[in-house]
Amino acid sequence: MSFEYAPAPESRAIVDIKSSYGLFINGDFTESQDGKPFKTVSPASEEVLAEVTEAGPADVDKAVRAARRAYDRTWSKLSGRDRAKYLYRIARIVQERSRELAVLESLDNGKPIRESRDVDVPLVAAHFFYYAGWADKLEYAGFGPDPQPLGVAGQVIPWNFPLLMLAWKIAPALAAGNTVILKPAETTPLTALAFAEICQQADLPPGVVNIITGAGDTGRALVEHHGVDKVAFTGSTEVGRAIAKSVAGSNKKVTLELGGKAANVIFEDAPVDQAVEGIINGIFFNQGHVCCAGSRLLVQESVYDEVLARLKRRMSTLRVGDPLDKNTDIGAINSAMQLAKIRELSQIGEDEGAERWSPACELPEHGYWFPPTIFTGVSQAHRIAREEIFGPVLSVLTFRTPAEAVEKANNTPFGLSAGVWTEKGSRILWMANQLRAGVVWANTCNRFDPTSPFGGYKESGYGREGGRHGLEGYLAH
Amino acid sequence: MPTKAVNTGAGPRLDVRKTYKLYVGGAFPRSESGRSYVVNDAKGKFLANVSKASRKDGRDAVVAARKAFGGWSARTAYNRGQILYRIAEVMEGRHEQFSAEVAASEGIAIAKARATVDAAIDRWVWYAGWADKLAQVVGSSNPVAGPYFDFSLPEATGVIAVLAPQDSSLLGLTSVVAPVIVSGNTAVVVTSYERPVPAVTLGEVMATSDLPGGVVNLLTGDASEIGPWLAAHMDVNGIDLTGVSDGDQVRELEVAAAENLKRVRRPADDDWSADPGTGRMTQFLETKTVWHPIGV
Repeated sequence: MSFEYAPAPESRAIVDIKSSYGLFINGDFTESQDGKPFKTVSPASEEVLAEVTEAGPADVDKAVRAARRAYDRTWSKLSGRDRAKYLYRIARIVQERSRELAVLESLDNGKPIRESRDVDVPLVAAHFFYYAGWADKLEYAGFGPDPQPLGVAGQVIPWNFPLLMLAWKIAPALAAGNTVILKPAETTPLTALAFAEICQQADLPPGVVNIITGAGDTGRALVEHHGVDKVAFTGSTEVGRAIAKSVAGSNKKVTLELGGKAANVIFEDAPVDQAVEGIINGIFFNQGHVCCAGSRLLVQESVYDEVLARLKRRMSTLRVGDPLDKNTDIGAINSAMQLAKIRELSQIGEDEGAERWSPACELPEHGYWFPPTIFTGVSQAHRIAREEIFGPVLSVLTFRTPAEAVEKANNTPFGLSAGVWTEKGSRILWMANQLRAGVVWANTCNRFDPTSPFGGYKESGYGREGGRHGLEGYLAH
Repeated sequence: MPTKAVNTGAGPRLDVRKTYKLYVGGAFPRSESGRSYVVNDAKGKFLANVSKASRKDGRDAVVAARKAFGGWSARTAYNRGQILYRIAEVMEGRHEQFSAEVAASEGIAIAKARATVDAAIDRWVWYAGWADKLAQVVGSSNPVAGPYFDFSLPEATGVIAVLAPQDSSLLGLTSVVAPVIVSGNTAVVVTSYERPVPAVTLGEVMATSDLPGGVVNLLTGDASEIGPWLAAHMDVNGIDLTGVSDGDQVRELEVAAAENLKRVRRPADDDWSADPGTGRMTQFLETKTVWHPIGV
């Protein structure tokens, strides 16, 4: 059974979306030289929110030159203390505008306001606060007595956590003394453009941060631009691989945060209710649009029936719908393209013989929606157990012994994250040792913090974001 | 009936010549291809016939390195440090041999060769000491804003292909191999083509230093022939391109390495006599962050 809730929508009156946006280059919103306009829509309603600009090669070049000029003339000459103060200013403005940013994020991305309000935006502010404090302490960071910035950073981010990924990229880059050109994803440009305004509000020197909107071609032009010293990318392993190839033989430093197919391992002694909450959070947080989503559930055989029954019951209480409703658990799928991909892989799951289950759940008429879904009877060879679906779709497998759990968990080309649920401390630490993944959540799931390094093993990419480690990708040492 | 008189010990002794072989999986095989090549000293005088490793030898070495990875990376840091130190000890006993080989290979005076061997041995000692300090220096406890214990530790990346320097036959080789294995990685090394003899001897040292078989695999041969196969190998996790000088070749190897997102160390102007720093160790480390709630 499910509870009846009255609608509790967050007001969107707080956001002021312009009908069209130019490119933020050298401190101003400028007209494109060789780009063309495209529309960004709300995935929950398909309503057009604004027209933005797809930056062409000339625009990219202009932005890179602006960043270089700002690096040479201003930012590299500024003391660490003053760089810190700009970053503190930005952090404060993000806090002050947090409600607006949360609403804007939920509108453009489709994620529940509960998440953008309580997770994304607070972490954005925290990230800028954290790296602000590093700007004048770099010589203590363990990268030599006088670490130097790399120069101009080209940064390309995905649509799943638009503003948070921006913070992960821009905060450490600026703290280390670099200037940046950032390209947000084509489906979620609006909070990055709001961030451009924040840079203006903070009186950040022109050209230190440049925001250029566009799709894959714009990103490619940015990454391949010879004026870029550093490339930072978060997104699919496929694109990450292409970037690694395109920078081959250059002097560009690269960090890549790519896909994942994380195992969430439930041992028989785990507290079941907590574990079920962890499973839910692991795969349905942000509609499963999470590179570290716990998308492969590994349950010890002895508790399989109980875990599955409770999981299904809990899934029946999830509320799918209006992202701006404060009671919504699962929002809209970010785009028609992503929805098609989730549908396709789910169909393949059925075709390959796995059993599909979703709770009864009414989906809105307009927009892009997919119900929370689990597949049972999944084998390791099934595509839904191997490929990143990037949606609210969970594959359930079983194991008997800890060794088998490790074997199955590590049986993937990815290695971003993993989860472990057990009451036994020594087993947690043993599992944490054995799992080939950059983040291991034990008896918790999908936690993020600016002090905590994040990034993958194997084909989940290289480099870390967050913490002292996150500075390394932006320093020459 | 023998046609010659047996050596009574009165005349000059006929020396026992050495067969220079590969070092793979703890054993000393010839190249599966049956190939060998002539190595001359710096003056062009014959020095040795050396096995010329093939791509198949490269693949065999990757298999051996993968097999050794689990055990080596699971050793305690203390134990890995002991073994690296043991390598230095055994090298010390072969100091004269190494000096002669380095002098012949690199065409330097024996005094300079001795100093190079000193530096190489000292470098093993230096890296040996890092084994149980790395985690403290590059790891961290992370003060997250919540009731969680959160820590980050370095872990070995896996199997690393190392294209060793072409010039510095022992000190350079040591400087690229020791930082890879000290943290628990295993290595497939293509040694200097023109100057492989000290590497062969280093393999013999490793085989008698309690280093488990497969942790270091030394392939004498042509890096431009074997390198592309290692760069493209899907069970290799990282590649050090130090020994590659041709820019186009660097780019091609890096493109091949991108297929499974290998960690790549690009060639740089290395001064083997300088303080090595930690960069060659951290290049082939992964950071693992573990979270656990705090509560009663």
